Amino acid sequence: MSKRIGMEIALAAAEAVALCKPDVVAAYPITPNTHVPEHLSDIVAEGRLDAEFICVESEHSALSACCGASGAGARSFTATSSQGLAYMSEIIPIASSMRLPVVMIVGNRALSGPINIWNDQSDIMYQRDSGWISMFAANGQETIDMAIQAFKIAEHRDVMLPVNVNLDGFQLTHVVEPMEMPDQKEVDSFLPPFKPIATLHPDKIVSMGTLGLPEIFNETAKSKDEILKDSRRVILEVWKEWEEKFGRKYEPIEACEARGSDVLLMTLGSMGETAEVAVEEARKDGISVGLLKLKLWRPFPFEELRKAVKGCKVLAVLDRAVSYGGPGGPVFSEVRSAFYDMQERPVVINEIIGLGGRDVPVSDFRKIIEKSVQAIKTKPEEEYEIFGVRGS
Amino acid sequence: MSIVENFDLYAPRLIDKEEYFSAGHRACQGCGEALAIRLMCKALGKDTVVVNATGCMEVISTMYPTTAWNLPWIHVAFPNAAAVAAGVEAGLKVMRRKGRIPDRDVKTVAIGGDGGTFDIGFQALSGTMERGHDVLYVCFDNEAYMNTGIQRSGATPFGASTTTAPAGVASSGKGQWKKNITEIMVAHNVPYVATACHSYPIDFMNKVKKARSIKGPSFIHCLSVCPTGWRVPSAHAIKMGRLAVETGIFPLYEVEEGKYRMTYRPERIRPVEDYIKGQGRFRHLSPDELTAIQKRITLEYNKLLDKVDNLHSWGELQD
Repeated sequence: MSKRIGMEIALAAAEAVALCKPDVVAAYPITPNTHVPEHLSDIVAEGRLDAEFICVESEHSALSACCGASGAGARSFTATSSQGLAYMSEIIPIASSMRLPVVMIVGNRALSGPINIWNDQSDIMYQRDSGWISMFAANGQETIDMAIQAFKIAEHRDVMLPVNVNLDGFQLTHVVEPMEMPDQKEVDSFLPPFKPIATLHPDKIVSMGTLGLPEIFNETAKSKDEILKDSRRVILEVWKEWEEKFGRKYEPIEACEARGSDVLLMTLGSMGETAEVAVEEARKDGISVGLLKLKLWRPFPFEELRKAVKGCKVLAVLDRAVSYGGPGGPVFSEVRSAFYDMQERPVVINEIIGLGGRDVPVSDFRKIIEKSVQAIKTKPEEEYEIFGVRGS
Repeated sequence: MSIVENFDLYAPRLIDKEEYFSAGHRACQGCGEALAIRLMCKALGKDTVVVNATGCMEVISTMYPTTAWNLPWIHVAFPNAAAVAAGVEAGLKVMRRKGRIPDRDVKTVAIGGDGGTFDIGFQALSGTMERGHDVLYVCFDNEAYMNTGIQRSGATPFGASTTTAPAGVASSGKGQWKKNITEIMVAHNVPYVATACHSYPIDFMNKVKKARSIKGPSFIHCLSVCPTGWRVPSAHAIKMGRLAVETGIFPLYEVEEGKYRMTYRPERIRPVEDYIKGQGRFRHLSPDELTAIQKRITLEYNKLLDKVDNLHSWGELQD
């Protein structure tokens, strides 16, 4: 039976990971994700989890050790943030290319510089094209659930890809929330033991991570792309099973009051919770506005997105990262690309908010809703805006 | 007395006939490193997992879809062989404990070149040694980044001309001395550290066997002659390795729980000139520079002998 708990979300994430019985955990301290591996090391020290906890000397080695362990056939987990994720970045696309189903929790934090320990999503966006499945939790419950789902998705025979589960640093990692924590029996019945296809063992010899010459490189790229796109099918299956077992529904895009609304906001991560409050308030004031919460970032849910915006006049995409010198925010870029072939498409505006931990209160979302309503009549001049820049 | 006397007579009986690093790979003619790896694998035997840093050996042995490896083998990247090995070792350990793999010893062995060990892989190596993983790390040191075209590394000897520290009117090649990786590993207090060279195959294989049998981290620094990068004829690979040892430039020794032991002590140390003069990478050196190298090599060799004569094992120093 699931248990109702009140707990810091990072600790709850560690408890959820422990329920998945990882064999090897390798991690390096970095704010704001540190509490995840810290608490896992507590769980190992208490004898509640039989795992090798490797206190590596860097994040580069954390993911490297996870690759080695996963190659050997061990269920492997790591967690990091920001600079740590950037430091891993050499290994990140290798893990997916080698089809090593490592699970990683990312406590999203701004990339330096200037150095800043607070939340935005620039760290994971920097890794966007690395071939990992990438999902975003909007609250504590989703963090727990996605951490457990991640292992099942990653290790599925048709997938065999690493998964990162993102939760906003501090906004989620350090917040105490009420959550439902599944029990061991429930997780065991949901998550089968890891059965790798090939392992590093002398009883069956394999070479992993060999050299790919130009003659086969296009083919490897195509297979990576197709496998990642095809993982959508397994993700949806796993989410359906989760809903049947635990009663909580997961979709690539969660729609709130979206049908028939003139204006839609689109969020990624924890800002969806605040945006929801703003949307509810605005609706009470008679404004036709709804909300789309993007949960699945890779593979990107193009189909679901096109369906979700049917009939809407303005879509305001809220990004928590900047693609410098490019189209604005990374989510915005994807969204506009998704709409290119649509005959009837909404006006899309892009507001980049909450960088480096800048607070985004309900009132800011109200302003964005207001601006979006105006955009129904007059298309805004600028394509994107870094919201709330002082002096501008 | 040479430790490889009557080698032809004994070799067939001493060396495993099984080929774990098989023929058909694409190493250069006379590659000392490929030979050393072949010997290492024979000494390790079948219950081994090899973790390979990016470098010549990974490139020449595993062009997809071919592989030269008859051992389980993994390559992830350049700087992380030691960290990947730590993960493999931890994974095998926990799965054995949980009964998911057969209950027998499988040794994790990480291999890297000098670039992947002295320079870019140094941090991961230090971490794995410090944490005490049951991993043997073998550095095949050919004294430059040979895979990318003979660039200077922390292992390149003083005075060698490389493509990034070239000799010229205003330069005598590399202006710094070789990093002493062996002593750095000794300073990690790991139970077994040794130097070796493919030109002394039995000595090298004995050291690999000893390191394999030790529970915990161990390190072997294997000088591996690269005819291409050293500018020597490929037929001189073995000879150059022997000259490195006989001139005292690369002494063969081991440090077992703190106790230093020369595993081969030439009766007469030859002048370093004997080693240097046959190599194109040193061709530009002046007599004064040769004298400076001789002086340094003599000092380093005497420092080592001093340790051999005077340092005690941990067991002897206990209480």
